This record gives sequence, structure tokens and C-alpha cells, in this order.
Amino acid sequence: MSPSLLSIEGLSGIIFLITVFITMTGGLIAVLERNLIRSVSGLALCFIGVAGLYYYLNSPFMAAMQILIYVGAVCVVIVFAVMLAEPEEMKRLSQSSITLWFSAILSGLLFFASLTGLALKTKWNLSPMIINKGTVEDLGQSLMTRYSMSFELISVVLLVSIIGALVLARKGRNSQ
Amino acid sequence: MNLLLLSNSLNTYLVLGAMLFALGIFGMIQRQTFIGMLISAELILSGASVNFMAFNRFTSPDQTAGQVFTLFIMAIAAAEAAIVLSIIIAVYRNFKSIKTEDVKDLKG
Repeated sequence: MSPSLLSIEGLSGIIFLITVFITMTGGLIAVLERNLIRSVSGLALCFIGVAGLYYYLNSPFMAAMQILIYVGAVCVVIVFAVMLAEPEEMKRLSQSSITLWFSAILSGLLFFASLTGLALKTKWNLSPMIINKGTVEDLGQSLMTRYSMSFELISVVLLVSIIGALVLARKGRNSQ
Repeated sequence: MNLLLLSNSLNTYLVLGAMLFALGIFGMIQRQTFIGMLISAELILSGASVNFMAFNRFTSPDQTAGQVFTLFIMAIAAAEAAIVLSIIIAVYRNFKSIKTEDVKDLKG
């Protein structure tokens, strides 16, 4: 049965289709655009779409985190790097890059076809016994109890990466 | 198959995640600068996160497991972006270029 276009289900379906469209458009811009700044903007658009998908997957908290971390931090850092390193991608396609294009399209299509085939052919067990509803409260409790070890480890990884980034980017500055 | 009810089926999200992953693979091979490859890597990671969130919503008894995993993927992605960008800046200082074909000192 199909919900009418103006019912609640119909409207949320339309918004979902718009979200999917935003995600795909952003991804295509991020991959195909030669200008890197535009490519980063496409990446930000794609991440906003993915945040919408998370909202439809019953977790508004993850949607907020997606926008905060990816759009607010990662994309801005990439923009800084673009400004520091002034890259210019080649406009024309040389002979080797045409074969590169073909191999890239081929491998992308291969990955997509195999993953989609796997996902659609498998019979997923869709009615599990739900033991909690995945609210922010549940998330915080499981972060502090069951996943506390990985939580500490991820903070160590973040600390090491911050120090490593500082050391790597600073090196060679004094000698010049 | 109704277009308006797509948001409530697992397969939609799996196909979307596969699409993001394939776009990332495509860009990773075809791009000619390091920053472009980093952008493609972020696309691959977000495809994986979409898969985790979809399985978490539709098939997991513990609804927090996938969310915690996606949070960790976000942290790893942020750390990876920071490290890769500082490497890019170091490479740019030494080679005055961030094209992948210019950095080939070890090639015989």
C-alpha cells in the first residue's frame, strides 16, 4: 500500500529522497570536480546528506556529531591544507590518465556491483530482540561501561595523532 | 516497491553505503593529488559508517553498538585527516608539489 503524498509518511519519504539526492550529488562533486576547493565543498554537502541518513536511522545524536566533526572540523582542515599547498590538478587528460580513468571506473563499478549483490541476496534477520532503544542516555552508559576500554584507547590515538601532526608539520621549519 | 517507503528498509541504506564506497574507490584511483585522495578516503569511511548505522538500526539487539562504532570511526577519521594533512605539508615543503607523480625519489 502506498501512503498519500501529503500524509506524514509521504512527506518524510519525500524528504528522505531529497537527502539521498544530496548525498549522491555531493559525493559525485567531491570525486569528479578538478578544482579542489569545489571538491571539498562537495564533500561537505555529502556529509550533510549522510547526517540526514543518520537522522532517518533513529539517531539524531550521530547526525549532530556528523555535522560537528566532519563538516565543521575535517572539511575546514582540508580547506586549510588546500590553501597552504596551492595544488593545481591537470586540466587536460593525458594518455596514461585516460587508462587510469577506465580502470578507476571499472574497479568502482565492480565494487559497487559486488557489494550491492551481496546486500540484496542475503536474507537479513530483521526482527531482533531489542534490549535498549539507543537513546543518548543508553549511548553514554554503554560508552562508560562496555566500551570504556576502546573509549580510552581512542583518546590515546587522538592524542598521539595530534602530537604526530605537530611534529611532522614543524620539521624543516627551523632549518630554512 | 514504493519510493516513499524506502527510508524504512535495510537494503536502501546498504546500497547507498556501497555507492559511497565505490565512489571513494573510484576517486582514490583517479585523483592525481594527495588532497584528492584524502577526500576519497573520507568518502570510503562514511560509506562504511552508513553500513554500520543501518545494521545497527535494523538487525542489532543492542541499539548502541553501531552508534559507538560510528563514533570511533569518526575519531579515527579525524586523526587520519590531521596526520595526512601534516604529511602533505611536509611533502610540499620538500618537493614544492603535492602531485602523486612528482614524489618518486625511491623509483629506480
